[in-house]
Amino acid sequence: MNGTLNVTPAIPELFVFTMACLILVVDLYIRKEQRVISYGLTLLTLGVGALLSLSSFSAEPVFTFNNMFVDDALSDVVKIAICLITLVVFVYSRDYIEARGLYKGEYFVLGLFAVVGMMVMASANHFLVLYLGLELLSLSLYSMVAFQRDSALATEAAMKYFVLGALASGMMLYGMSILYGLTGSLDIPTVRQAVGGMSADDVVLIFGLVFVLVGLAFKLGVVPFHMWVPDVYHGAPTSTTLFIGTTPKIAGFAIVIRLLIGGLEDLHGTWRDMVIILAVLSIGTGNLIAIAQTNLKRMLAYSAISHMGFMLLGILAGTPTGYSAAFFYILVYAFMSLGAFGMILLLSREGFEADELDDLKGLNQRNSWYAALMLLLMISMAGIPPAVGFFAKLSVIQAIIDVNLVWLAVIAVLFAVVGAFYYLRVIKLMYFDPPDEGVQAIEAATDLKVVMGVNAWAVLLVLPWIGPIQQLCLTAVASVMNGFVS
Amino acid sequence: MSFTQLAFYFFAAIMVFAAAMVITIRNPVKAALFLVLAFVSGACVWMTLEAEFLAIVLVLVYVGAVMVLFLFVVMMLDVNLTRLREGFGEYLPIGGLVALLMVVEMVIVLSADSFDQQNMPRPEPHGEDYSNTKELGRLLYTFYVYPFEIAALILLVAIIAAIALTLRKRPETKYQNPAEQVAVQREDRIRLVKMAAERRKDEQ
Repeated sequence: MNGTLNVTPAIPELFVFTMACLILVVDLYIRKEQRVISYGLTLLTLGVGALLSLSSFSAEPVFTFNNMFVDDALSDVVKIAICLITLVVFVYSRDYIEARGLYKGEYFVLGLFAVVGMMVMASANHFLVLYLGLELLSLSLYSMVAFQRDSALATEAAMKYFVLGALASGMMLYGMSILYGLTGSLDIPTVRQAVGGMSADDVVLIFGLVFVLVGLAFKLGVVPFHMWVPDVYHGAPTSTTLFIGTTPKIAGFAIVIRLLIGGLEDLHGTWRDMVIILAVLSIGTGNLIAIAQTNLKRMLAYSAISHMGFMLLGILAGTPTGYSAAFFYILVYAFMSLGAFGMILLLSREGFEADELDDLKGLNQRNSWYAALMLLLMISMAGIPPAVGFFAKLSVIQAIIDVNLVWLAVIAVLFAVVGAFYYLRVIKLMYFDPPDEGVQAIEAATDLKVVMGVNAWAVLLVLPWIGPIQQLCLTAVASVMNGFVS
Repeated sequence: MSFTQLAFYFFAAIMVFAAAMVITIRNPVKAALFLVLAFVSGACVWMTLEAEFLAIVLVLVYVGAVMVLFLFVVMMLDVNLTRLREGFGEYLPIGGLVALLMVVEMVIVLSADSFDQQNMPRPEPHGEDYSNTKELGRLLYTFYVYPFEIAALILLVAIIAAIALTLRKRPETKYQNPAEQVAVQREDRIRLVKMAAERRKDEQ
């Protein structure tokens, strides 16, 4: 241990944290009509946070804080994605939260603290740091769900989220404590070395692994640990649902990589079977139950469950291409989910939530531009070519075929076809059903419209750059796998 | 059996008993008091592990502050527990069975030789001049400074969330505004009325 601390690699986190504290204070001194200052500062923070993460990009991992913090390609890509997506989340949310009395400085500050939590998770190289980052994220999210305090639905959702989240944290901590007991360290590379020296059939080791995996599964919301997902997505204010449904998934992926691949890759043979069960159940249950939903938010929640299952396919393949396919999948999913929930925000107005499927009826006649954007997002989520969602599904399925799990690929594709039904139903409602009598015209701010347009068209326009993005994902996961040699 | 072992089993037994009572007893105030007992026995177990500072902090912070606050809240809220407890026993047989099975399985798994005396040797006892507090402080502020700061951040989020979720101005409630009270002028309170002098009737 040397005397000085090198804080340079952690500058993005430190910046976002400092700005969050600054906004908290600034917000006290401004009048209600000037709240746009807090909003602007929040966007600025996230933009600069992304730039700082970009500028610290390096393929070689840099360790600091006594090896508890690692700045590698994975953490940088994850941080950039988190900052940019959260920025768009807040742009989409502004009008919605303003109409519902949630337009307060604390909402943005809690969002920024959640971002700091996710950045800490992305850079964690120590079980303790990973857990604390997760708690920082979760606590901010619980309170953002409960923020609409007059809504009984939101309060109930926050309560469920809190209780099940605490249970999941308990599970994960118990697993980590068992691993600590066996390996004598919480430092992820040290754990990896110690596990490498043990028998993969060590029953206590598997016992610890199971608890860690259950905790992760809870946080990702995969079947059978998914019970909270639909209720929280449905009950939370849509702006918060948008936030929960996008960036925490990327952060969740990062901790799965850090724990299962960074720390416990030598147990791959053991956790692979467990992850197969989680993935199959998620893809199946998520897609089947989504068909029965009449609420758009609930439908997208079940779709999120099935997408998490698809992401796990890439993880369980156990190859670098598999991991990078999973990373690519989660990035694409977060982006599509951003657009889909953003569309609900855009169609909602004061005193009205456009979260029922019937609210989309005849959208083409009311506003063909929005209908076209939603169409793009839905075909991408369903995985229909040429949208980017297709390439994401293709790459994870390719990865499991490469490791001879053809039966699993067949199941995944079959359920993807089942899932296409409910995405196509949305398109049918928009284009072939007449609108209800007396629906109001759709109004939205210009900046929101522009961002929404870019968001939706990106699922097509990104196609020429899919190769470089996948290459970037490969570099990122490779940095985790190689970084631990040092 | 040495005295330390005897002390350990004594306090551990009390702790397990108190913890079981916390979740089974019907009266919330009594449950909180049993939690206090569990904390105190836990502190005593930590004493046998030479973690003196943590033991004292557990008693001071959890028993002294957190549980007292908790008792206040329980007493002030006046929760109707008979209604909350409805249907509690409904799932008890099956839930209890599952829990019992899991505990037995976990005991079987964890009593494997990974955690026995050979693999987990007793740590060397520290000398007389060893300061538990000093060592903890040094580790917390040097080696673990990063997680320590994140923990502080979590507390900050908890404060912000608690205030944001509970603070709101309701127009019907009466409250004092100290700033206005201090800034008040004599003229705001007293009005001097100039009147012509009058003579009493009986003096006329």
